[in-house]
Formats: sequence, structure tokens, C-alpha cells
Amino acid sequence: MKAVVNVYLKEGVLDPQGKAAHHALESLGFKGVNDVRIGKQIVIDLDATSKEEALKEVEKMSETLLANTVIEDYNIEIVE
Amino acid sequence: MKKAVVLRFPGTNCEFDTEYALKKQGFDVEIVWHKEETLPECDLVVVPGGFSYGDYLRSGSIARFAPIMKAVAKYANEGGYVLGICNGFQILTEAGLLPGALKRNNNLHFISKMQHIKVVNNDNKFLSKCKVGEVLEVPVAHADGNYYIDDAGLEELKKNNQILVRYCDENGNPMVLNGSVEQIAGVCNKNKNVFGLMPHPERAIELILGSTDGVKMLEGLAS
Repeated sequence: MKAVVNVYLKEGVLDPQGKAAHHALESLGFKGVNDVRIGKQIVIDLDATSKEEALKEVEKMSETLLANTVIEDYNIEIVE
Repeated sequence: MKKAVVLRFPGTNCEFDTEYALKKQGFDVEIVWHKEETLPECDLVVVPGGFSYGDYLRSGSIARFAPIMKAVAKYANEGGYVLGICNGFQILTEAGLLPGALKRNNNLHFISKMQHIKVVNNDNKFLSKCKVGEVLEVPVAHADGNYYIDDAGLEELKKNNQILVRYCDENGNPMVLNGSVEQIAGVCNKNKNVFGLMPHPERAIELILGSTDGVKMLEGLAS
């Protein structure tokens, strides 16, 4: 089973990389870009018998290591 | 003779500078590898600078799970003195031994230069030899030194005198270096036995290095 974890800086925590990309898009002439946030995607291949089990396990991984919840939020998608 | 332990992770690169600076302060120094599970008896543990585990995932995020860190947490929780410099500061925040987190610098640059910092509180062992408001000149060298803490956490820091130093200009006026909340360059825990800062006091201990202000910052811990 595969789990995809997306980790982003929390809403309200300045994302300097997103800001730099936003400026670059504007200077390239792209219009109507309101905000750019840059995060990371972590793809995990794991042994799990059910989606629920996988989700529980990956949640634990995210809280422990993959995200620093002082500054980051995350979401998990389980892909079969 | 007082004894200091300096930790070494794969990617640590300030352990010898730190050892040299601590020896000058009269410490007997032992460098301890991250795979050790116990600390030798000591009066101080220093988590030095560098790029532990290549800064992969987040700076300090993997080092904090190294076997030796369990012993460091126990040592700190029992009141032992722990100092984290630069990457060491990042490791201590990741380990939850210090509040807040260190983000990428706002300008996305690796900032490496001499920097002025202002002493905010000295009612702790680390800065006990410095005066409140004193301006020190110490090098910084980091990409992830942008200190973040939420508003409630910031209030706590202020209430308990946990802010150690702030970035400033040569006259002591506030200066934005990397985007840190209120220009914070270093903090301590509530019990004032765990200290962390981004500037490198161990690199400012002899005139030939451009400054000796780091000596004052290490003298407190040696006293």
C-alpha cells in the first residue's frame, strides 16, 4: 500500500520559498496568482492490511518525524 | 575539573572548535558519538553546530532520534546543563527540549557573517557573565535560523525571561537578520538549564578571530 503525505507550513507562518516562487511567476507575466505555498510530498510504500491501519500508522509517522507540528500541517492520502 | 561532553553526529562539523573553546575555559572535554546510549558523568552537554544527517527532512529532525538524545533528554530533565549551538539549537527544538522551531531564513540565503546580538536576560547560568542590554559580536552561519513561535509561546518566553539574545545592529537597535520572531537569536527552557542559540560563541574566543565576545558567553557555564 502507498501513502502520500503532504507537509506544508501552517497558515499564518510565512513561507519564504512560496513567496519567492510567487514573485517569479508574477515577473514571468502570469496573472491572477493569489498565493503560492511550497511544501513537500513524502511517498511511503508500506505493509498494511487495510486503509485504516495504514492511515493510523502514517499519522503516527507524521506526528513523530515527518512534520514538525510547531510550524507545519500535513495531510495523508492512502493510495491502494 | 569540570567536564563537558560535546556530541557528534554524522555531519557535525563544529565539535573541535567547541572542544577547543571549552578547554580554554578549563573544561575537560569528551566528544561523544551519537550512537552511544549513555552520557559520561559531566557538568555540561553541548550539541554543536554542523549539518547533522545532511539536514535532510528538516534541520535536526533526524538527529533528535539518535540513541544519545534519550540520555540527553534525561540529563536535561534532571536539571543538567545543555547548550545547543546553531544545528544544536535546531536539534534541541526538534527534540522538544526548547520551545519554538527554526525555519528557512526569509531571504532564502545561507547567512554567514559577523553579527551583533543584544543580551536580553542574564538571570541564567549561560549569560550570567553578560550584562542585560550588552551588545556582543559573534559570527552566524545558517540557512535555517528563522526562529518561529506562536503568540502564546512568545508571551510565555517573555514572562519567564527565556529570551537570551536578539539580533541587533552595532548600536543595539533591533535588526532583521533572517526573519526570526522579534529578532530572537537564542532562548532557554523554563527551568533555565537548556540553552539554544544560532550564533557561534565558540568562534569568537580570540582576537585573531575578530572578536572575543564569545568568551563571556562560555564563562558563565564554566563558573
